[in-house]
Amino acid sequence: MADVKIATRESYGKALAELGKVNPDVVVFDADLAGATKTGTFKKEFPDRFFDFGIAEANMVGAAAGISTTGKIPFVSSFAMFVAGRAFEQVRNSIGYPHLNVKIGATHAGISVGEDGATHQCNEDIALMRSIPGMVVINPCDDIEARQAVFAAAEYNGPVYLRFGRLAVPVVNDKNYKFQLGKGVQLKDGDNVSIIATGLMVARALEAAETLKEKGIDARVINIHTIKPIDRDIIIKAAQETDFIVTCEEHSVIGGLYSAVCEVVSQSAPCKVVPVAVMDTFGKSGPAAELLDVYGLNSENIVNKVLENIK
Amino acid sequence: MDAKTKLALEKQAVKIRKDIITAVHSAKSGHPGGSLSLADTLTYLYFYKMNVDSKNPSDPDRDRFVLSKGHTAPALYSVLAEKGYFSTDELLKLRKTGAMLQGHPDMKHIPGIDMTTGSLGQGISAAVGMALGGKLSGKNFTVYAALGDGEIQEGQVWEAAMAAAHYKLDNLVAVVDNNNLQIDGKVSDVMSVYPITDKFAAFGWNVATCDAHDFDSIDAAFELTKEKNGKPWVIVQKSVKGKGVSFMEDNAAWHGTAPNDEQYAQAMADLDKIEKELEER
Repeated sequence: MADVKIATRESYGKALAELGKVNPDVVVFDADLAGATKTGTFKKEFPDRFFDFGIAEANMVGAAAGISTTGKIPFVSSFAMFVAGRAFEQVRNSIGYPHLNVKIGATHAGISVGEDGATHQCNEDIALMRSIPGMVVINPCDDIEARQAVFAAAEYNGPVYLRFGRLAVPVVNDKNYKFQLGKGVQLKDGDNVSIIATGLMVARALEAAETLKEKGIDARVINIHTIKPIDRDIIIKAAQETDFIVTCEEHSVIGGLYSAVCEVVSQSAPCKVVPVAVMDTFGKSGPAAELLDVYGLNSENIVNKVLENIK
Repeated sequence: MDAKTKLALEKQAVKIRKDIITAVHSAKSGHPGGSLSLADTLTYLYFYKMNVDSKNPSDPDRDRFVLSKGHTAPALYSVLAEKGYFSTDELLKLRKTGAMLQGHPDMKHIPGIDMTTGSLGQGISAAVGMALGGKLSGKNFTVYAALGDGEIQEGQVWEAAMAAAHYKLDNLVAVVDNNNLQIDGKVSDVMSVYPITDKFAAFGWNVATCDAHDFDSIDAAFELTKEKNGKPWVIVQKSVKGKGVSFMEDNAAWHGTAPNDEQYAQAMADLDKIEKELEER
């Protein structure tokens, strides 16, 4: 793992600007948060293809649906709380139901928003978006994956929800990494336990695996960047080949990765699944790094969960 | 508009009204009141005004229509069927299991539907996006959208109104179907939206008004919208909910109720009478 840390929202902004160069149909909408979501990077390059809708997310989402019917590929951006939360019904009825080619770039997901506190810390967006039929849900773990996910979303014809973070996070993947929509990535093999992680928890899962190795426990680490459609095969294989699974996500324990993994194994390969997640509670103010510890979203807690459950 | 064209549209509108009543009666559910109040405007748009071709429903250069008041789908379906987008037989299957014609407009499965709508307030935003797309692509199509007067209680409508003016979408024409009735009663009693014209004017729109059941008046209003001055247009049309069916007119009870067999016969008799008068004119 390289020492450099980059927030995936930065990756989003840069990837949009790169995408804009090769795809003239890409347009970007924002709701007065271009500086924070980093869509401002695209705006600077392509002012004629950037539209600010002001603090009015419902209309922005609906307008994105409309412009997509004219052949444009809109990336519609705001904080996860407002684009997936506030505008949920617009996403569901105006984009999801007609299966329109709209990409939702949601930044500031999870409690790592930090000081702004619970009103802005969306731990429910994966659950909301995952429940919409036909919606692709992607939660990249680092800069390299986030940039490629933006291009993959543009290639795919249909609605995609992309989840990005505010906090700078380690770069897990190397430059040869190839993002494949819907395909989980096994980062480390192991046969005692499988740690299945998404988003910024992937780096923490790798750290936990290192600690466990020192304790003689061989942990498999899997990165699930695409939560929907989920890679069933890699999860079933993990359930069959290791003793149990620990899922790790910066999201509510309800409806996110934990739920998605349980939905797969409960049908096809029943096994114990232990969550590391936000345990059905709201966030609070504080520096992001501290909050992640407060809510147990760290490698120590992953290690503890493994030790508590290993036979 | 010459007298001959007007008479032809009036005859077409009666046919549309019969289709609406037949479809809703067959479905045993649906929204006849607001469908009937919008019937003349939809007839005007599809049989006179809009640049559309039922043989090429996804022509990128076509004019668009968004039924933001999506519950009045029977009116739009009837117009599309009479216009040849699909068979009028489909109208008898409205809302039935496995049918193409869903309770609210579904662009994925119904030819001629430009936007999926039904959740009030959302269609106008989609229309804003379409108009923006038209401007961006340098195309000359016009986007028409129809809103209910109750619908404009939705805050999203005013978000859309702001954006349409801000982006100077003079290729957008919205119609507010002002029959002053919504499910719970008079719009003015439930939650007043008045003054509608002043509100849109204050949001930076060009405003026109018309009598929704007089093709000369409708045509005069839409003719005004040819003026492109960097502002979107709204036509606030004074309409009668249930227009053309005596016992449905101006009665909120017919917002979302289907006629029974007896009422169906009465409604068709009312429309037959209007048709006969037009034939004899």
